[in-house]
Amino acid sequence: MTDLLDYVLRLGDDALIAAQRLAEWSTRAPEMEEDIALSNIALDQLGVARMLLTYAGEIEGAGRDEDALAYLRGDQEFRNCLLVETPNGDFGRTMVKLLFLSAYQLPLYERLSESADPHLGAIAAKARKESAYHLDHATQWTVRLGDGTDESHRRMQAAVDELWPYTHELFEPDAVTDRLGGDGVAVDPAELRAPWLATVLAVLDRSTLDVPSDGWRPNGGRSGRHTEHLSYVLGELQVLHRAHPGAQW
Amino acid sequence: MSDWPLWEVFVRPRRGLSHSHVGSLHAPDATIALRNARDVYTRRQEGVSIWVVPAAAITASSPDEKDAFFDPAADKVYRHPTFYAVPDGAEHL
Repeated sequence: MTDLLDYVLRLGDDALIAAQRLAEWSTRAPEMEEDIALSNIALDQLGVARMLLTYAGEIEGAGRDEDALAYLRGDQEFRNCLLVETPNGDFGRTMVKLLFLSAYQLPLYERLSESADPHLGAIAAKARKESAYHLDHATQWTVRLGDGTDESHRRMQAAVDELWPYTHELFEPDAVTDRLGGDGVAVDPAELRAPWLATVLAVLDRSTLDVPSDGWRPNGGRSGRHTEHLSYVLGELQVLHRAHPGAQW
Repeated sequence: MSDWPLWEVFVRPRRGLSHSHVGSLHAPDATIALRNARDVYTRRQEGVSIWVVPAAAITASSPDEKDAFFDPAADKVYRHPTFYAVPDGAEHL
C-alpha cells in the first residue's frame, strides 16, 4: 500500500465509521429536531467518506470503487481511529465524541485544504465548513448538558473521562504521516494537538467539566488493530451488500 | 411528547426579500432553536437568514373574530388603487 493510499483511507474511514455511528441515532434521537440534525451530520460525514474512498480507489488503481472499499473490506483493513468506532452510549456521550472528533477534523481539514495534493485539498476545503458546524452543534450540547442538571453533568463527566484516552491516537505521527508531511501532502497529526486542546478545554471549561489526566493511550486503528466494536459496526454496515452484492434501489 | 417550548421560524430566501413564516419547531432555547431551524428548514438552500420567535410571544387574531376583523374590508373597493381612473395627462403614476 502506498503512503498516499494509506493516508486517504485513514481520513475516509474516520468519516465513514463516524457517519455509521451517527446514523444509529436516526429515528432514536431525543427529539425530532435533533434526529434531523444528527442525520444531517451523519450525511456530511458520509459525503466526505464517499469522496475520500473514491479517491483512494483511484490511487490504488485496482478497480475498487467507494462501495468495494466500504462494503468489502474486513475490520483489519480499516484505518479509522478507535474513537469513531466506540459505542455511542447515551446522547451526551455521543455529543462528547462528536466534540472530540470535530475539534480534530476542523483544524485538520483547514490545513489539508492547502495540501500539495490538489485533489485532497479540494475535498478538505469542502469538508471544513461542515466540520465547523459539527463542532458548533457538539459545543452547544456539551455546554448545556455539562452545565445542566446533576444527572446530566455526571453523565457528561463520565463520557469525557471514558473517551479522553482515545483522543491521543488522533495526534500520533508515524512513518506514513512523516513521509507525506515532508512532501506537504499530509498534515502532521502532532501539530493538531494544540488547536484541539485550545478548542476542547474552552468548551469543557464553559461546561463545568473537568479535564481528565492523561494516562492510558489506546491506539492501533491506523494499522488495522481495532476494538471489537468495529466488527459489529461493519456487520450492520455491510450485511446487505454482502447478502446481495451490488444491490441497488 | 416534547416539553421543549415551541418556536416559529421565519426564513429570508434571498437578499432583498422579506423573512417569511415557514413553520415551527421545538427547542430548549433560542440558540438551539436557530440551529434546529437551520437543519429543519434550510437544508436545501432555502434561505440566507433565519429568525426564530417564541410562539408564546406571538399575539394572533382569533378565528372567532374573523368576521369583525376582515369582512368589513370586502366592500370597500375604493381602498384599491385600481378603483381610481387615471386622469388624462397624468404621467409617472
